[in-house]
Amino acid sequence: MASDSHAQHDDHHVNYMAIFWWLLALTILEVIAGIPQASPAYPQLLKGALLVVMAVAKAALVGLYFMHLRFEKLTLGFIAMIPLILCVFVVLMVLPDF
Amino acid sequence: MTDAAAVDHAHGVEPAETPLTPESWGKLGMWVFLAGDAMSFGTLLAGYAIMRGNSANWPVPVDVLGISLTAFMTFLLICSSVTMVKGLDAIKKDDQDGLVKYMWLTVGGGLIFLALQAYEWTHLINVGLGLAGNKWGDSLFGTTFYIITGFHGMHVTGGVIYLSVIALRGKKGVYSSTNWNEVEIAGLYWHFVDLVWILVFTFIYLL
Repeated sequence: MASDSHAQHDDHHVNYMAIFWWLLALTILEVIAGIPQASPAYPQLLKGALLVVMAVAKAALVGLYFMHLRFEKLTLGFIAMIPLILCVFVVLMVLPDF
Repeated sequence: MTDAAAVDHAHGVEPAETPLTPESWGKLGMWVFLAGDAMSFGTLLAGYAIMRGNSANWPVPVDVLGISLTAFMTFLLICSSVTMVKGLDAIKKDDQDGLVKYMWLTVGGGLIFLALQAYEWTHLINVGLGLAGNKWGDSLFGTTFYIITGFHGMHVTGGVIYLSVIALRGKKGVYSSTNWNEVEIAGLYWHFVDLVWILVFTFIYLL
């Protein structure tokens, strides 16, 4: 069974350096968007949205490819989604306080 | 196929999903732990958002913290994630020396990260960012900063120890192309630490 399991994992080949370059590019873009002097004057809300989208994209790249979630069984995907759903829930619950 | 599965199949019963194996128990256990840990970080970040949102004089993080050093720390953790997957790839090809080399590189990345964090904290304490007060505004700014980055730093410390053990066991020849499950599980932990820092960097430093 162990060898079967390992053989399944070996079926996928991820270009890790491509993921690395994507992560690096997104980090550079984030820094540019985050530094007031380097970024053009644009609304704070747009800046926040851009930064969050880039952070989520980076986190997704790490989760899907480095942590192999993309190639795992659905069960592990569900486990990984639980904290995400609960965190969204927490944020929605505290929104009325703002 | 096990005997029981063969009997089920013979009687027309749909075989279940691949059952848990000793290998997947470890991975499943790590994922359950990481899910719990992610909720801890999620709650901390949500708490940060609430305190910041309700504060009238929250400092602009970039002005106090600066981001060039932490941008480099982010780069460092991304690099260490790459060396981690390279180590796993190496042992899948029975390259034990490659595994040990990449594991120590990953540990080195973690140690440099911790050293830079210690430097950053020392600098911030010296310029007046205290745990319970600061000269820029709301005292909770320092409290949340140290608690969240400190909690993450403890995870990095745990990861450095964890990966050092994997490297030492790799040096002893414990792992091979048919026995790399422990390396993969350790990698999950390390990538999680990287993933969390990506979010901390954005929410604490950039936003």
